[in-house]
Amino acid sequence: MTRRFLPGLIIAFGVLVLGLVLAFTVGRYPVTLAELADVLWSRATGAPTTAPPAVENVVLLVRGPRVLAAVLVGGALAVAGTAFQGLFRNPLVSPDILGASSGAALGAVLGIFFSLGVFGIEGLAFAGGLAAVAAVYVIGSLLQSRDPILVLVLTGVVIGALLGAGVGLVKYLADPYNQLPAMTFWLLGSLAATTVADLLPLIGPVALGTIVLLALRWRLNVMSLPEDEARALGIATGPLRIAIVAAATLVTSASVATSGIIGWVGLVVPHLARALVGPDFPRLIPTAALLGGGYLLFIDTLARTAAPVEIPLGILTAVIGTPFFIWLLAGMQKTWS
Amino acid sequence: MTLAGCDLTIGYSDRVVGRDLNVALAQGEVLALLGPNGGGKTTLLKTLLGILKPQAGEVAIGGRSLAAISVRERARLIAYVPQVHVPTFAFTVESVVLMGRTAHGNLFSRPSAHDRAVAARALGQFGIAALAGRPYTMISGGERQLVLLARALAQEPQFVVLDEPTASLDFGNQGKVMREIRALAAAGHGVLFTTHDPNHALRAADRAYLLRAGERIAEGPVGTVLTPEQLEQLYRAPVETVTDANTGRAAFLPG
Repeated sequence: MTRRFLPGLIIAFGVLVLGLVLAFTVGRYPVTLAELADVLWSRATGAPTTAPPAVENVVLLVRGPRVLAAVLVGGALAVAGTAFQGLFRNPLVSPDILGASSGAALGAVLGIFFSLGVFGIEGLAFAGGLAAVAAVYVIGSLLQSRDPILVLVLTGVVIGALLGAGVGLVKYLADPYNQLPAMTFWLLGSLAATTVADLLPLIGPVALGTIVLLALRWRLNVMSLPEDEARALGIATGPLRIAIVAAATLVTSASVATSGIIGWVGLVVPHLARALVGPDFPRLIPTAALLGGGYLLFIDTLARTAAPVEIPLGILTAVIGTPFFIWLLAGMQKTWS
Repeated sequence: MTLAGCDLTIGYSDRVVGRDLNVALAQGEVLALLGPNGGGKTTLLKTLLGILKPQAGEVAIGGRSLAAISVRERARLIAYVPQVHVPTFAFTVESVVLMGRTAHGNLFSRPSAHDRAVAARALGQFGIAALAGRPYTMISGGERQLVLLARALAQEPQFVVLDEPTASLDFGNQGKVMREIRALAAAGHGVLFTTHDPNHALRAADRAYLLRAGERIAEGPVGTVLTPEQLEQLYRAPVETVTDANTGRAAFLPG
C-alpha cells in the first residue's frame, strides 16, 4: 500500500497543533482558548491584550519556554532517531546508540558535582555528548572491519557502558543531600526548569543539524542500503556517514543538555511517522519532526498534570515506550513498514 | 570503452584471494565468471567495481585508472546489481529504481522530472511498470531482481556487473533474467555476471572466465571454454553432457 504524503504530513501537523493547545491551556492554572489566542495575537501584532496579566504571565513566561523546548527537543530527537535508523539500517536504534546521551549524562553530573551554574552544566553535557560520539567514531573507524556499521554500533554500546560507570562513580562521590538529588533529577529528564535563556543554546544546534539532515534527505534513502550498494550507486559513504552522524549528534546533544535524558522518543516517533507516510526519507524527516514535537508536548503536559508532583519525562516515555517496543519485536517477522 | 583488470592481486587486508588476474570486458559483450564457492568470484567482481581496492595491479576503465575516478563518476560508468535481498525499509519500487539516479544529481538534490522519466522507462523496459507503487519488500524474488536490473539501467552506465543474478530465482525467471542480460549487451552495455550454473553462461554469455582458488583456469568464448573437461577441472566433480538431438545444443549436468 502506498501511503500518501500530504495527508500524513497534515495529521502530524494536527498532532503538533493539538499538543500546543493542550500544553498551553491545561494545568494548575487553566487558560481558556480565547485567552490563549488573545495573548498570542497581541504578542504577534503588538495590540493591547484584554487578558489578565496572570494569564499573560503563564502563557508567555511560564509555559511558553517550556512548550517551545518540548517542540524543539521532541522534534530533534525524532529527526535524529529517523536518520540513525536509516544510517544503521535498523529500525530498533535510537539517537543515543553512539553514546550521545551517556556522554551528556557524564558531562552533566560532573557539572553538578563541581557546582557549576546552569549553563556550565548544560555546556558540559552538550560537550560530553559530542565528545562521546567523536570518541566512538574514531575508535570504530580505527578498527578495520568489513562491517563498519556493526563495529560502530558495538563500540557505541561499549563506550556507553564505560560512561555509565563514570556517571555511577560521580554519583557515588557526590554530596547525597545537595548534589545527588539534582543528578538523579537530571538523569530522569525534565523540562520543568526551562527558561527563555535556555532556548537560545537549544535552537541554534537543533536548527543547524535538522537543516543538514533535511538537505541530505534523499541521500539518506540510499545510505539505508548495504554499504557496497550505496557506494556503487555513487555515494562516498564514509564522508556522508560522518556528516549524518555529526548532524544527528548535534541535535541530540543540544536536546539532552537542555532536557536531561529523555529516552524512547527517538525510537518510537520514527515508527509512527513511517506508519503515516512510509519509509521514504524526504517525506519521513519533516513528518517525524512535527510528530516528535507533538508527542513530547503530550508527554510533558501529562508529566505536569497527571500527579500532584511532576513526573520525570524519562519515566513517562519509558512507560509508554516499553510496551510499544515489545509490540515492535512481536511484529519482527513482518517487514518493516 | 573497456573495463579491464591488469595483473590484479585481489583480497582483503588480512588475506590474499587471487593473484595475477587479467580480465577485460568490452561494451556490447557478456562475460560470465564461473567457479566454485570461495574461489574468488565475488572478490574479483568487487575489485572490478571499485568497491575493493586491488592489492596489486590496476583496474582501468576506458584507459583511466578506476582509483582516479570519483565514486560518483564511477557510478555513471558501472552499475552493480547485487544479489537479491530484502532491504530494511519498505521503499516503493519506484523509489528503489530512482536510487539509480543518485550519481546524476548533486549532494542535496532530489530526483528531478527527468530522473523520474528515466526510472519509468527502465521499469517499462523490464515490463514491471505496474509495480512502481508497490513496496519493494512485498514483491516476489524474481520481480525484485528485475527491479534491481531496472535500477542499474537507470544509472545509464556503460557497464553492468551482476552478482549471481539467477541464484534465487525460479526456472522461468532465470530464463527471463538471462534474456534481459542479452538485451543489455545488445543495447551496447558491457555485462559481467557471476553464476554457479555453466548452462547460464552458455546461454547468456559470449565469453567465460573460469576461476578456481584465485587462479584463472581458462578464459575464452563459451563454446570453446565450457567443455566437460574444463568444468570437471574447475569444480573437481564429474560432469555429464546432454545434447538436444534436434538443435544440437548442449547442457551440463553435475554427474
